[in-house]
Amino acid sequence: MSTDPILRLDGIVKRFGDFTALHGINLDITEGEFLTIVGPSGSGKSTLIRLLVGMDEVTSGEIRLRGKRIDQTPANERPTCMVFQSLALFPHMSVGQNIEFPLKIQGVPVTDRKARALELLETLRLPTSFYDKRINQCSGGEKQRVALARALAFDPEILFFDEPLSALDYRLRKTLEKELKDLHNRTGKTFVYITHSLEEAMVMSDRIAIMKEGRFEQIAVADEIYGAPVSRFVAEFMGEVNLFDVTGAAKTGLEAQNVEININGNAADLGLALNPGNPGTLMVRPEFVRFLPPGETADFIVAGKMHAEYALGSRIQYEVEAAGKMLTVEKLREDRFMGKPGDKVMLGFDGEAAHLILESPHGAD
Amino acid sequence: MERIDRRLGFLSALPLGVVLALSFLAPMLVIAIFSVMPQKVFSVLNMPDFSSFGVIISQGYYKSLLWSLGMAAVSTFMLLIICWPLAYGMAKVFNRFTLVLTIAVVMTLFVSENIRLFGWVLTLMKGGLFEGHIRHWTGIGWDSPLYNVSVIVFGLVYVYLPFMLFPLAQGISMVPDDARQAAADLGASRWRILWEIDLPLAAPGIVIGSLLSFVLAAGATAESKILGGQAVIVISDDIETAFTFGQNWPLGAALSLILIGIIGGLAIYGVSRVDLDAIMGRKR
Repeated sequence: MSTDPILRLDGIVKRFGDFTALHGINLDITEGEFLTIVGPSGSGKSTLIRLLVGMDEVTSGEIRLRGKRIDQTPANERPTCMVFQSLALFPHMSVGQNIEFPLKIQGVPVTDRKARALELLETLRLPTSFYDKRINQCSGGEKQRVALARALAFDPEILFFDEPLSALDYRLRKTLEKELKDLHNRTGKTFVYITHSLEEAMVMSDRIAIMKEGRFEQIAVADEIYGAPVSRFVAEFMGEVNLFDVTGAAKTGLEAQNVEININGNAADLGLALNPGNPGTLMVRPEFVRFLPPGETADFIVAGKMHAEYALGSRIQYEVEAAGKMLTVEKLREDRFMGKPGDKVMLGFDGEAAHLILESPHGAD
Repeated sequence: MERIDRRLGFLSALPLGVVLALSFLAPMLVIAIFSVMPQKVFSVLNMPDFSSFGVIISQGYYKSLLWSLGMAAVSTFMLLIICWPLAYGMAKVFNRFTLVLTIAVVMTLFVSENIRLFGWVLTLMKGGLFEGHIRHWTGIGWDSPLYNVSVIVFGLVYVYLPFMLFPLAQGISMVPDDARQAAADLGASRWRILWEIDLPLAAPGIVIGSLLSFVLAAGATAESKILGGQAVIVISDDIETAFTFGQNWPLGAALSLILIGIIGGLAIYGVSRVDLDAIMGRKR
């Protein structure tokens, strides 16, 4: 596999009238990877994917597929393909005809394309009897698989997904997420997936790109995005998190703004110090926060009062009030903390579980 | 009470049923009976024979039938070609301008067809609005394009345009945009999208529009009389003549029966092939 990117986006800008939807997007997509672009609605992710498949034109910037410029190529001449949010199956055709559609356009002989369609039904774990089924006789999950089979029949260089699972119920979505990941492994194709669901992104992707207001906030593997986000936005977008406003201090390395955090030693020794007077955000995920029994210690210690307890299935979530700020702690059910609302508790977390966010605001443009 | 409830549907339909039977089915029945009466009788109490159908063959009445059907087919086809882009625009592109266009087209229906056709005669005739002005200014004149088959077809296309346009626009609006986009994404050119996606999905609109224009055009007389100057005789003319000057009701009845048979057969076939619920906006 070459190290050159299969798709390179260079300074993609998209404007609709006065509104700038995308502010100069740069991105390299590696061949064979599963990249997920995550962002809240209105972040520009759907706009971006429409540009990539050729349904809209870029205002400026270049899209290169294996080094060849494609941003001026119409959608039907691009070797890429998309699975729509609505799936966009053709209601007047059978399942087989839907899957064969791209092959029919390419002029593949009837017997060959039927063989390929049956093969794809098998790949997608659908019975071959589905070949003659009408689209409106298929369930939601079956339609998903037909849409996928149709896209795979096209044999695209890159397969794009525009939130195709968002309309399905939770259990089916979980199953299809895993199947999609498995399909990616089996086909070795490059998948670019768009979603607003962090969970979907975490389950499936090799890399995650977080989008906000027409820009990428961070592009990294899931662990890094989760554990070492570059901004408060990414930290909060990626699930429950405890954030503390801190400034650099000479003696302890860090000083919390609103809450009192006792630091065991100097934060500089933990690699979490700021230059004196500089602002930052100290972050720790709820599952890394411990309830400290008397006599036990941690790198960072916060005193608080138990506020509430919520059962989340396999995990229990606790809310602890510390100087008016609500902190979140999560424990596995087997490590359940026995306490009731109003109890005084000590919370602690270690330096290696914490992360310091040094945020620099975007330059205005 | 329950028994009345069960019969409520039948009872509600009864008045309209009676009206339809008397005004629609009864005349058809009379026509059907007269069509098998001997020539030039005015009573249904005669020995049935099929002489009328023989006369239609031997005296060449089938020619006017073929002219009517042929011109109706050509005008329907032309309407389809002309209205498709317009209907597409109305369904997908024009947005608020669609309303303006709709009102403009509907307005023409407020003026009697005959008056509009006479307007065209005044416009197209030698020394009329076009030729008269241009000859006056430039000295170049030409013969009137009136009184031939082409101008009859033009008249049919002009008069029946709304009957094709609106069902077609309705049909095209049922084609989902994402299906078109998906087809393009999967490599289909515009023509392939038209052929594989637009035409089959807009089929109900196409069938309804074509049926309406064909049926109306096949029974039309004003265009051939006014614009065509009876360059060809159409079937409705023959039917009218047989019932009036010809004093041959059985012949008129037989001609009517053939026309009704062909048009009715086409309509039933067409309607049975399309999903009428879909075009009426009802869910399946």
